[in-house]
Amino acid sequence: MHSEMTVHEHHLDSNSTDVFGFWIYIMTDCILFGTLFTTFLVLNAQVQNGITLKTYLDLYDVLAETFLLLGSNFTFCLAILSLYQNKLLRVQAWLALTFLLGASFVFIEVNEFIHLATEGFSWDLNGHASSFFTLVGTHGLHVSFGLLWILMMIIQLPFLKITPITKRRMTYLGLFWNFLDIVWVFVFTIVYLMGAL
Amino acid sequence: MLIHLLFGNLTLEAIPFHTPIIMGAALFMALFTFAVLLLITITGNWSYIWHEWVCSVDHKKIGIMYLLLSVLMFLRGFSDVVLMRTQQAIAAGSSLGYLPPEHYDQIFSAHGVIMIFFVVMPMMFALLNMAVPLQIGARDVAYPYLNSLSFWLTFVGAMLCNVSLVIGDFAAAGWLAYPPLSELYYSPTVGVDYYVWSLQIAGVGTLLAGINFIATIIKMRCKGMTLMKMPIFVWSALCAMILVVLAFPVLTVTLALLELDRMFGMHFFTDFAGGNSMMYINLIWVWGHPEVYILILPAFGVFSEVVATFSQKKLFGYTTMVWALAVITFLSFVVWLHHFFTMGAGADVNAFFGIATMVIAIPTGVKVFNWLFTMYKGRIILTTPMLWVTAFFTTFAIGGMTGVMMAVPPVDFQVHNSLFLVAHFHNVIIGGVLFGYFAGIIYWFPKAFGFRLNEKWGIWSFIFWVLGFYLAFMPLYVIGLSGFMRRTNHYPDLVYQPYLIAAALGAGLIFIGMVLQIIQVAVSIKNRKALRDHSGDPWNGRTLEWSVASPAPLYNFAVLPTVRERDQFWADKKEQAKGAIHPLDLHYQPIHMPKNTPAGFIIAIFSGIAGFALIWHMLIPGIVGFLGILSTVIAKSFSTDTDYYIDADTIRKTELAHIKELG
Repeated sequence: MHSEMTVHEHHLDSNSTDVFGFWIYIMTDCILFGTLFTTFLVLNAQVQNGITLKTYLDLYDVLAETFLLLGSNFTFCLAILSLYQNKLLRVQAWLALTFLLGASFVFIEVNEFIHLATEGFSWDLNGHASSFFTLVGTHGLHVSFGLLWILMMIIQLPFLKITPITKRRMTYLGLFWNFLDIVWVFVFTIVYLMGAL
Repeated sequence: MLIHLLFGNLTLEAIPFHTPIIMGAALFMALFTFAVLLLITITGNWSYIWHEWVCSVDHKKIGIMYLLLSVLMFLRGFSDVVLMRTQQAIAAGSSLGYLPPEHYDQIFSAHGVIMIFFVVMPMMFALLNMAVPLQIGARDVAYPYLNSLSFWLTFVGAMLCNVSLVIGDFAAAGWLAYPPLSELYYSPTVGVDYYVWSLQIAGVGTLLAGINFIATIIKMRCKGMTLMKMPIFVWSALCAMILVVLAFPVLTVTLALLELDRMFGMHFFTDFAGGNSMMYINLIWVWGHPEVYILILPAFGVFSEVVATFSQKKLFGYTTMVWALAVITFLSFVVWLHHFFTMGAGADVNAFFGIATMVIAIPTGVKVFNWLFTMYKGRIILTTPMLWVTAFFTTFAIGGMTGVMMAVPPVDFQVHNSLFLVAHFHNVIIGGVLFGYFAGIIYWFPKAFGFRLNEKWGIWSFIFWVLGFYLAFMPLYVIGLSGFMRRTNHYPDLVYQPYLIAAALGAGLIFIGMVLQIIQVAVSIKNRKALRDHSGDPWNGRTLEWSVASPAPLYNFAVLPTVRERDQFWADKKEQAKGAIHPLDLHYQPIHMPKNTPAGFIIAIFSGIAGFALIWHMLIPGIVGFLGILSTVIAKSFSTDTDYYIDADTIRKTELAHIKELG
């Protein structure tokens, strides 16, 4: 770590600067989701033509999704632990498990979307449905992007080895993945639990 | 089938061959581009342009490219002005003018979009790139490669907007594309899609630049420069960039939802099936009002630098200046509803937003008085930047006062969407933002290019600009107050005509001012030897950027400075030679620098392809665009060859050359 610091002397403390920037990015994403939640709540308050999510909701699917995503976060933390023990293979293994859990989450979500759309709760039905698909879909899109990133890390780590650069990338990925969990907690509560009431 | 996958809805009919104005403009643009490309080829400069500019991650060069983009788009935006002003001047009574309504609507929409997003925003980032890293004693921004990406995304957004002139059409729903007019059933052409995707691409660029500059200012200040020792311009940049990262995600979402309505038949802003068009108007102004302050705050920063420098005095009331900036930053988020008091939210809501709006006048007033007190008993040097500042004082005061007038909801009900409003926001954006940016560009021009701008032509352009501004917009206040609405294509009552002819003449004077500015730059380039800034400190400046050579060397500072007080460079000049090490005796060390990379440019080009494909629903080019972006990012992440060292000898030589020039 120390040698890296001197190499990057022009940035004084390059590592902390870079992670700081990623935090700001996470914050902008927070505002993005905040806007989508607001839109969802506004359009939810004035549902037209009487069709709501409640009729079609399967809370067991959502529960499964929640455990998969939270579990994937746990396995990612184990990957980070192995990273700091310099055990490359273990990092890859935990990342692979994280990928599997995350992919199952996306799979269930896509299934749910197809199910809803074919049953009659499609995105062009009304404002309520549009905002549901957009909010949950944006989260799903973020998760899918995270999956791609995890896959890239699995492939990249053997090439670049565990260096301060790859460690930093894992820190970014960890922040991103954690953030998506937190957003899901809100999706779960506001969209699904409140929607089932 | 394959044709459809490749070209989507795009056919030859999308090109308006039968419209002579558009085809003429297209021919002109094509000839211009061709001439530039030919010139580069003849002079054999392709390699230079590619390696030293397109791939550059140097903030100084990126700043210059932002400036060039801004100037080019300014000419494009101003041609819209000429069309609109002449149309309104002649389309009275029985004359219908020469622009059909559907064309006129595109012109005023494009004018607003271009001027705000592709003229003023790039000009702001030009100033930030030119000055901020140098003012805080840093060698570059926090993420140089991201900086290059930000610029190229803005560039591609602007070009996408230009393409709409020739292929298809542009939005005709106003610069903020209010639904339901911008929904598919009222705007069935690709105009609004061009609007959405060019702003989305440029918006991502702006957001990334915002993150970049916040990280730069927070993390990369030189030793000793605490937050309260930063130059005010850096403070204003920090506040503006905080607004960028808070506001731009909202714009991204808003435009995305509009596009989802148009593409997938969703119902966010439709007026049926549970959509809510007022939600769009709320959301767009939650971004839009902070956007106004994103533009004006850096101009305030420029005024603070210029006034202190040319009064040869330290800035009056530094602390109150910082607090005023912070208060404006906060308040700009709680006033968005004043853009649509007529929504009918009720007396309580309107009263809250009205009062919050009026309160903004207080910190702004603090700033104006601080500048005046800085000038008081100062040794004022009336160079062109200072002239622009003086014009700003009066003009902005008028614009501010009409703003406070409209903050009173009952008054706003009278003048809402009238030319009074148009006059007001041009009053603050031209008289505040643009005058400020002009001052900043003339002020920092020597630092970026190594020579000063000609003063004589500068003064003439200043005179025409200011006179032209008053002649163009004061009549609009008058007829706006008597009920003349904005975006009017034709009016039956001849009473208005003299005012609109005056406004057109004013626009003509502004045009002369612009021509004089171009002459000013040309004359200055011709006489650049005589105007050369040998010292690196042409204005007897106060802040760190004037302590290095002009133009600043690649690495900015051979030795990173240490700061003990606000105007450190000024203090150093006062106590010269006292214990300072002579540059000859300094021990230079190799400097670590980021390597240039084409990644930013390539990603932006693929984004442009993806954007164009989304507009025309082209499947294959769309996939190419997205895969292109992804694979460039991934390929870049595998590269470890990203930086290099400038050796100590080169630095020594560069520094000694500067010392020699100093004499």
